[in-house]
Order: sequence, then structure tokens, then C-alpha cells
Amino acid sequence: MSVSKETLDEIALSQMEYEAIVERLGREPTSVELGMFGSMWSEHCGYKHSKLLLRQLPSSSPRMLVLPGEENAGVVDIGDGLAVVMKIESHNHPSAVEPFQGAATGVGGIVRDIFAMGARPIALLNSLRFGPLDEVQNRNLFRGVVAGISWYGNCIGVPDVGGEVSFSSSYSGNPLVNAMCVGLVEKGGMVRAKASGRGNLLILVGADTGRDGIHGASGLASRTFEDEREMRPTVQVGNPFLEKVLIEACLEAVATGYILAMQDLGAAGLTSTVVESVARSGSGARIDIGKVLRREDGMTAYEIMLSESQERMLVVVSAEHEKAVRHVFDKWDVESIILGEITEDGMVSVYDGDTMEACLPVDVLTDPPLYRVHGVPPAYLEETQSIDLAALPIPTETPESILLRLLSFPDIAGKEWIFRQYDHQVQTNTLQAPGGDAAVLRIKGTGKSIALTTDGNGRYCYLDPFVGGIIAVAEACRNLACVGAEPIALTDCLNFGNPERPEVYYQLEQCVDGMTKACQEMDLPVISGNVSLYNETRGVAIWPTPVIGALGLIEDSGKQCTIAFKDEGDVVVLLGASDVSDDVQSLSGSVYLEIVHGKVAGVPYIDLALEVSVQRLCRRAIYDGLLHSAHDCADGGLAVCLTESCVTGAVGFIAGLTINGRWDAALFGEAQSRIVVSLSADALPALEKLAAEHGVPLVQIGSVGGATFSLPGLLDVALDDLEVAWKGALEKALG
Amino acid sequence: MKFGIVVFPGTWSDGDCYHVAKTVLGQDARYVWHKDRDVSGLDCLVLPGGFSYGDYLRTGAIARFSPVMEEIDSFANRGGLVIGICNGFQILCEAGLLPGVLTRNHNVQFRCQWVDLRVENPNTSFTSGCSQGQVLRIPISHGEGNYYADPDTLASLIAKDQIAFRYSTPQGEITADANPNGSLENIAGIVNDRGNVLGMMPHPERCCEDALGGTDGRIIFESMMQVVA
Repeated sequence: MSVSKETLDEIALSQMEYEAIVERLGREPTSVELGMFGSMWSEHCGYKHSKLLLRQLPSSSPRMLVLPGEENAGVVDIGDGLAVVMKIESHNHPSAVEPFQGAATGVGGIVRDIFAMGARPIALLNSLRFGPLDEVQNRNLFRGVVAGISWYGNCIGVPDVGGEVSFSSSYSGNPLVNAMCVGLVEKGGMVRAKASGRGNLLILVGADTGRDGIHGASGLASRTFEDEREMRPTVQVGNPFLEKVLIEACLEAVATGYILAMQDLGAAGLTSTVVESVARSGSGARIDIGKVLRREDGMTAYEIMLSESQERMLVVVSAEHEKAVRHVFDKWDVESIILGEITEDGMVSVYDGDTMEACLPVDVLTDPPLYRVHGVPPAYLEETQSIDLAALPIPTETPESILLRLLSFPDIAGKEWIFRQYDHQVQTNTLQAPGGDAAVLRIKGTGKSIALTTDGNGRYCYLDPFVGGIIAVAEACRNLACVGAEPIALTDCLNFGNPERPEVYYQLEQCVDGMTKACQEMDLPVISGNVSLYNETRGVAIWPTPVIGALGLIEDSGKQCTIAFKDEGDVVVLLGASDVSDDVQSLSGSVYLEIVHGKVAGVPYIDLALEVSVQRLCRRAIYDGLLHSAHDCADGGLAVCLTESCVTGAVGFIAGLTINGRWDAALFGEAQSRIVVSLSADALPALEKLAAEHGVPLVQIGSVGGATFSLPGLLDVALDDLEVAWKGALEKALG
Repeated sequence: MKFGIVVFPGTWSDGDCYHVAKTVLGQDARYVWHKDRDVSGLDCLVLPGGFSYGDYLRTGAIARFSPVMEEIDSFANRGGLVIGICNGFQILCEAGLLPGVLTRNHNVQFRCQWVDLRVENPNTSFTSGCSQGQVLRIPISHGEGNYYADPDTLASLIAKDQIAFRYSTPQGEITADANPNGSLENIAGIVNDRGNVLGMMPHPERCCEDALGGTDGRIIFESMMQVVA
């Protein structure tokens, strides 16, 4: 045994894994080879603890054009000869270490996954989690992440159209930064990541290779880092201008028709890109890293193979077309070098000039051990689930005061401070900008639009990972339903703690089970995704946080809806409930329970069959032109939902019913499967008829009008006061 | 009318301007690559928004050295219409086709939002479709749109009626709150003294269709079409 524990620790391989490598190679690996294994067998690239679970997620649909995991991102057919490419990915650990560059390069990486398939990136979304903003460290992380996303995204000309952000002490010291990118491609123009054909050339294009990001995949993303070791060198530094040029140059190169395959260099750099490209076809590759352009002298083979320098792509072309393709990169002043060629021996052979540095079988590199841990329910569940919500005291604080507090809570508060820093309009497709339930983008040249959203509630998943998993999918799709879009595909990013611990594995397993159930019920495929594990600080895992990115289709762009109330006199109806219930169970996992009672407890609940029917009804009612607004009733409950429709529409609301019993549950309870809609009184009979056909209960709760938010007997607040509380809170919290 | 849309490596509003010229307004349009010099047959050159060279130095500071800039200079000297939008405005200032400079927003943040603009001079080739004091609603999207000029230059701009647009309230008042980036005297757009070169930070190409939330941007393109026709 010639390898030290320190060496293995650095690349996050266990002694057993090392022994498995030796056994399968029949020899000890060289240092370069060991580094390559560390990357390929890392949690980040190898999905050691998640692959067995991920396999159960539904992944078939008539619209799907590639299998999940087979390509850089998932692809679905949207008709008219067009396809949408999408994926979400985490950059949590780099953002914890260096928020600006960590978040920026997270955007860069996911965008490359999209144009690697020949698709033009048309939208970005972000799902963010931070610790509470009253701590200076969290404010700095939040500001840094938003600035990094703004800096990178704005420069590359891809609109940032949506996302979500949530704050909880569970994420203090371990923020979550998930970036989603969506691209559009003509079906015939799609490029694969499968490199094959002996003698075809591997061309490396883009940035020079430097010493940044070494061990990003193995070290940073695949273990916890509780000690104070300096992690900054493992974070990459981005160059968004080069990324923008790379997008244009690669798409122009694709248009030549000569590109056989393309893949970006992401986690584990050259190693994973070359290995994964040839693994898909069972081929091999021979590369000469002596040719790689470098930022500095003295870089070793190990460093070159593991560098995660950004803005690099690997392009495969036949020898015959090499000149024509490189000519395109020359036009854009993008460097390109011939790195090597495809072989048929199933080996990745790495040379530095004439010296062989590594020679490894591709099938071993891409076949890490897969683990299934015996999950054990976390001990806290017994306590959180046994809370007697009926015993909660009714607050002495007024309903008005509580509403204003909830509106100023950063999770609920308006997010304009964030999205006004993102260009959300470039490419002139944005029909619904950030701030609604889902973003809507038109597809030029067709009458269609797509709707996009991200969602994931860590609080619910913490309290019941299975139900939380269901709700994550349900709520993302409900957001789509509220703009009138039919969900057609999901992408997911699973953010969890250390999976080697049975209680974390339990959360992961249960969440994936819940998501699977919801996807099956809603007949939806998960077409791509990413897993981020080891999100812990000092031994405490973050709330289990699956983030769902959802894509919906609106066949007729003229038929969509926004959250804003429109016309005075419109009736306001709650879909999905026959009354405004004061059931205290709805306070489970609610923002109200946390903010007012200081508790994260209870058991979230959802009726999936009702959920599906409510969404179907909402889409149909929008399609039939019945609705003037539709808004998902979510965080903060009915009162917050109504307030948001008022503030965005600059018009008031007056309730037409009285609320008896637990007003706190009625106003702030978070029962699922509810949508608040407004419509003209004339249209009400048609909506009632549709609801009956769909088997969905509804209740008329009031009407649009006036300049206050009024619930007779409970509260009557001026719109201006609500607006100040809701709009200005985030900026105020940042000081 | 034939629009030439100039493309620097980091330009990203080129496609949006092309879409407006071609699809929305039904005019002729072609792209002009920054390394090329052929601007023949064009009635108007558009320098669109973007980050021409990443803008790591000063915005537009490198783009001004592109070969196409010499042609734009002669084109303007011949009286051709040139409109620089956002980064295009920054480049025109760097190249000396327009006076002044655009610096970092006073709030040191990128801002993408709708703003109101008061038309200060309806007698230019770009504003002839507007009335004096008309308020246009057009989005901005920039991190460096804080216009500055020295006092002599400013006095001259005012004297020669070269200020095309000022940031205003929806009612047309020029207030500090209506100024999204700290620009001197709320200046959002200026023309050269001959009146055939316009630079403006807001993006008229983003509001030429109802579906996108407004059509005030069309007035600017249609004014140019009137002049050429």
C-alpha cells in the first residue's frame, strides 16, 4: 500500500475504494491516475450515494428526446420542430467559500451544459437559500451571490427570469445556490455528447487552463469541510465575456454541421469530459496534454487533468472538417487546439508529449461503487410530528400586525431588489417577468410560450421528507397552472447533508420517493438533474431541500394569466376548498408557526388527487378565458396570497365571508392545492360548472376593489402600508 | 429602409434589434461584423447593447478600436443615421462620436427596470414622431449608465439642444427619484451637434410590441424611418 491517508482524504476516496481500484486495475494507480479516479468516483461525478435512488424517478414521456444522464441536459419536444433543453445544477460549496465567483461560475457551468447540445440558452433561473439576514455573514453571502449571478448572467445576454429564495438558520454557513438554464434548439440541430469514431479529433476550445478549481469535484463538492482549511483555490474564477463568445462560436460551429459531439468542461475538468464523452460510445481516447494552453508555467499533468478552469469546451470533429470548424473559432478569437483523438481500445491514454501519464480503462473510471445506506428516521421527527397544534395559543397580537410581519419576512417579501439586478428582458421573449408564479417566455415564430419556475420547501421536507418531496413537485406544477401552462418536464437538484449518515440518507430516500409518487401521479418525467450532498456545518445537515425546476407549455400565448387583480368588482374565488378552513393542521410547517410561535413543527399534508384536479381546472379556466388572475396560495397562506394579488394589481380586496374560530389558521395556514382566482361576476357560473366537472370544490371569498385589504371583523389595512411592508423589506433587511 | 446592426464579440441586443427592424417594422436589415468595413447600402447603423469586450476595462474602451469604428465615423460624417443603445451609447462616447462618458451607476448595482423618459427635443431624426415633453416608457438594463460631462460640454449640449431624453416621473417631472443611475441632469440620451447620431441608455428595441409590455420604442425607430423615407 503506497498511498497515504492524507492523499486519499484530499481526493475524498476511502481506503476500500482505493483497494477496489487496485484490484480492478491489477496494479497501483500513478498519481495522475489516482487524481482521475478521485474525480470520477467522487460523489459529484459518480453519484455514489444517489444513483440507485435516482433511477426510480419517472424518466419517460413521449416528448423526451434523450434519456436522462445520457447527455449534458434533458431535452423535450415542444412541437413546431423545436425542442427545449434544460437542467439545474448546484454550486453550493463554491458559493459558501467565495459567494461572488462561486455563484457566477455556477451560472457559467449550467449555461455550457445547454449550448453543448447545440441549443441557444434562452433563460436562467436561480433557487437560493441562506441563513437569516440578521447575521452579517449571511447578508454578505446573499449580496455576493446575487452580485455574482448578476455579473455573469447579464454579460452573456441570457435573461434571468425567475427563481426563489428562502432564509433559515438551517442554511447558515451552507448557502444553497442552484442555477437552472433553459435552451431552445431545432430538433435537427441537436448535438450529442457521445464521442465515437476512431481517428476523429478531440478539439479543446476556449480558455487557457490554470490552477483554479483543482479538486473542486472531489474535495469541495463531495465531503463536508468543517475545519478551517483554506478552500479558496478550489473555487474557479469566471470570465463571462469569454463565455458569451464561446456561446456564439460554438453555435456557429454547430451550424456548419460538422460537429460530431460536444461537451463542456465542468466538474473534474478535462478528466471527466474526455472520459464521459467516450464512455457513452464505449470508445477510448488518446490525448496529449502537452498541447493544452496554460495560464502559467510549471503545471503538472495532475493539475492539467483536474483543473476546473471555466469557459472550456471539448468538440469532436472528423479530421476532414477540423479546419472548417477551427476557422469559426478563429473568427471569434477563441483558441482551439487538437487535444487528441478517439480510439477504439476502451482506454483513456494521457500523454505529455511522449511520456505516458495515465492509461485507464474507461469502464472502470465510470463505474464507481454505488452505495445504499440503511436509512433511519431522524430523532427530531418524533418531537416535531407530535406537536398538538390545537393547543397553540391564539396570539394576542392583531391579525393586521401579524400580516405585516409576514409580508416583511424575507421569504415572502417582494424580490424586486434581486431581480432588478438581473437582465430579465434581453432576447425580447419575456412575457411574464420575475415576480409572478412562473415566468413566461414566448417562442418566436410560433404562437406558443413556455412557462418556467423553481420550487422547493425545505421546511416541509424537514418535517416530512416524503410529503415534502410530493409538495415540491406539486407546488412547482401549481405555479405553472397559475399562468395557464401544462407541465411537460422537470429537472431537479437534490440538496442534502452527508448521505453516509443514516438519518440524512433517510431524508434523501423519502424525498425521492415522494417526488417519484408525485411525478407518477402527474405523469411527468424528470429529464435531468444534479445532486449536492455533504451540505453540513459543524455536523448539522441543512434542511433536506429538493429543488424542482419545472417547464410548462402554453399552446396559445394569448391564453395566460398573471397574479395581479385587475378590475374593480371582480369576484374572488378560492379553488380547491369549499370554505376558508380554520383547521389548525394547516399551520404545520407554516411560516406563521415559525415567525409568530418560533416553531418548526407539525406534519404537512397533501391530497395528490385533489391537487391534480385543481391544476387541471385552473389551466382549463384560463384557457377558456374565464380568469383575470390566478395565484398559488403558498408560503404565508391565504392572507399573503390575497395581499400579493392586491399589491401587484394596485387594487384592494374586500372579503365577503366571515371567518370564525382559529383566524390564524384561516389566514396563515398553508393547506395545499389552493389557488386564488379573480374573474368577472358574469363568468362565475361557467367557472362553477367547470369546477363541478373537474370535481373541485370552490368558494367565493370576496371581491376586488377599494384601496384597502379588508377582512371585516379581522383587519382592514391600507394598500400603501401593505406595499411598503412587502416591497421594501428585503432592502431594509440588508441594511 | 435598411438597418445595419453592428456586432461586437460581446454584443447581445443584436438579435433583438434585428427582430424589431425585420419582423416588427418590416424593414430590411443585416448584421455588420465588427471586423468588417462594408457598410454600403445601409441607411442606419445600430450599435446594440451588450458587453462588447466584456467591459472589464471601461465600457466601450476596446470596442472603439474595432475596424468597423472607422467606417461608422465616416458614415456619420456623411450624414448617415447612427443609433447607439446602451453599450452602443458607451462605445459612441468612447469613440468621440458623442461627448461625455458613462460611469458606474451611483447605486453601484446593475439595474433592469422600466423607466420614464421625457422627450427634450422632438426635432431630431430619432424623436420626430414625439411631441415636446412627451413621456416614453422604456426599459433600462445596465450597470454603467451614469452620464457625465464637464460643465462646458454640458452647457454646450444644452445650448445646442442636444439632450434628447431625460429620466422623469410618469408625469414628466425631472426628479432625483426618477433618475435610476445618477446621470448628470437626468440625461438618458443625447445627439451629436449635427443631429444624426443618437446615444441612449434605455432599450427601445425591448418595447416595440404589446406582448412585451409597451410599444413606445417603436416611435424612435419609426421617426428614423420617416427621415429616410
